[in-house]
Amino acid sequence: MPVIFLEFTVKQIGVLRYQGDFERHLHVFDRLGTKSSPVRTVSDLETVDALVIPGGESTTIGMLIERFGLLEPLRRRIASGFPVLGTCAGAILLANTIESSDQVKVGGMDIVVRRNAYGTQVDSFEADIHVPRLGDPPVRGVFIRAPRIVSAGPGVEVLAGFEDYPVAALEANVMVLTFHPELTEDDRFHRHFLEMVG
Amino acid sequence: MNEQLWSERQPATWRTKVGLAEMLKGGVIMDVVNVEQAQIAAEAGAQAVMALERVPADIRADGGVARMSDPAMIQDIQAAVTIPVMAKCRIGHFVEAEILQALGIDFVDESEVLTPADEKNHVLKHDFKVPFVCGCRNLGEALRRIGEGAAMIRTKGEAGTGDVVEAVRHMRTLQDDIRRLTVLGREELMTVAKEMGAPYELVLEVAQRGRLPVPNFSAGGVATPADAALMVRLGAEAVFVGSGIFKSGDPGKRARAIVDAVAHYDDPATLVDISRDLGAPMSGQSVASMAEGEKIAGRGW
Repeated sequence: MPVIFLEFTVKQIGVLRYQGDFERHLHVFDRLGTKSSPVRTVSDLETVDALVIPGGESTTIGMLIERFGLLEPLRRRIASGFPVLGTCAGAILLANTIESSDQVKVGGMDIVVRRNAYGTQVDSFEADIHVPRLGDPPVRGVFIRAPRIVSAGPGVEVLAGFEDYPVAALEANVMVLTFHPELTEDDRFHRHFLEMVG
Repeated sequence: MNEQLWSERQPATWRTKVGLAEMLKGGVIMDVVNVEQAQIAAEAGAQAVMALERVPADIRADGGVARMSDPAMIQDIQAAVTIPVMAKCRIGHFVEAEILQALGIDFVDESEVLTPADEKNHVLKHDFKVPFVCGCRNLGEALRRIGEGAAMIRTKGEAGTGDVVEAVRHMRTLQDDIRRLTVLGREELMTVAKEMGAPYELVLEVAQRGRLPVPNFSAGGVATPADAALMVRLGAEAVFVGSGIFKSGDPGKRARAIVDAVAHYDDPATLVDISRDLGAPMSGQSVASMAEGEKIAGRGW
């Protein structure tokens, strides 16, 4: 009986590794047994099938994306269906509009975000977030100097809300969360993203 | 669980405190003394600024008592930038810490750079909503601070000198202490805890995981992009830069270069471009030429 080698396409998930909690995302993918790698250069970006933009400082991350030439390549890939997940600062960078700010952004989702909408660090908080498509139990949302999605276009599907505003949203190949699932042991959002990647 | 409980916020948990420290990995926190410097820092890509009245090099030169900054100056800086704003309180001065918390500061640095207010005790940081960062020279000191509630540790270095040698010494000592714990027998750890003066439970945790329970940054003496990259290579997860930026010839350019260097710390070819044409670095003071009494890293208990 000859051994048949099937050729699998193993998807490689990139995590933007400039500034922020990139390490936590890489750990989640390790735990899930997914291939993942840090992305800092255009050639890093070319080798991955999806990208996570982590939490951190959106201004700093945006500047580094621009300085190291990733801005246009990333926009082009997102426009052609490349799956991206943005958490917190990542959600800010993927918004088409950032309220009262002219910072560098990537864009990709038809939402308006307001930075530091809940206050300074002493106002950071945790709360249970009910996410219908993930079922029970609720997701523990860790909100750190979090942004708020103040409005969303008609093509945006709200996956979860908290206190009357969306905190998780999806539009085509772009998913954003205003909180940090990577800081908890609950990897359902990461697995959901992997299903999107296929 | 009912709807009401779902929407209940739990503010300022340990996870949100350490979480902000996680968000600050891979970047640079810059000392600034006014709004103009804060804006230069933010435009260069600083992930946070430390608002203080004098940078450590000037505190060193001026002498006298160094205290928490004027709230008006801190508030001006908070209003001028969107990135996190940190500020320093004196060691053990819990009222300065309370004032900084009431100002809505994002991180309090209980810092040896200021003149200590208590020669035996540090602030009990678990009592606060605002997260704290504290300096250390070795693992025992780091674990005492974490035991008191620090959500971030930075090795001290020797602030205001522009000489990276102490930053290297403290980071290497800390990493060596951590590595040593991971190879010791479990029966040896109580004695280690006694010798280090560290909480036993935290010693056990470090021995098991081979790392600190909170993020570990570097401070004190970084003056060039290469210095910053060196500290990241030695295990710093982010870098504080004090006098090194605004005591140099071209602060905006140098600030940006240090940010870029921390992101590309392991890529010498990129570091060549980053380090080019930055103007004069701060002139600095060699730590080896200083008398023991001039050093401030020894403050902290």
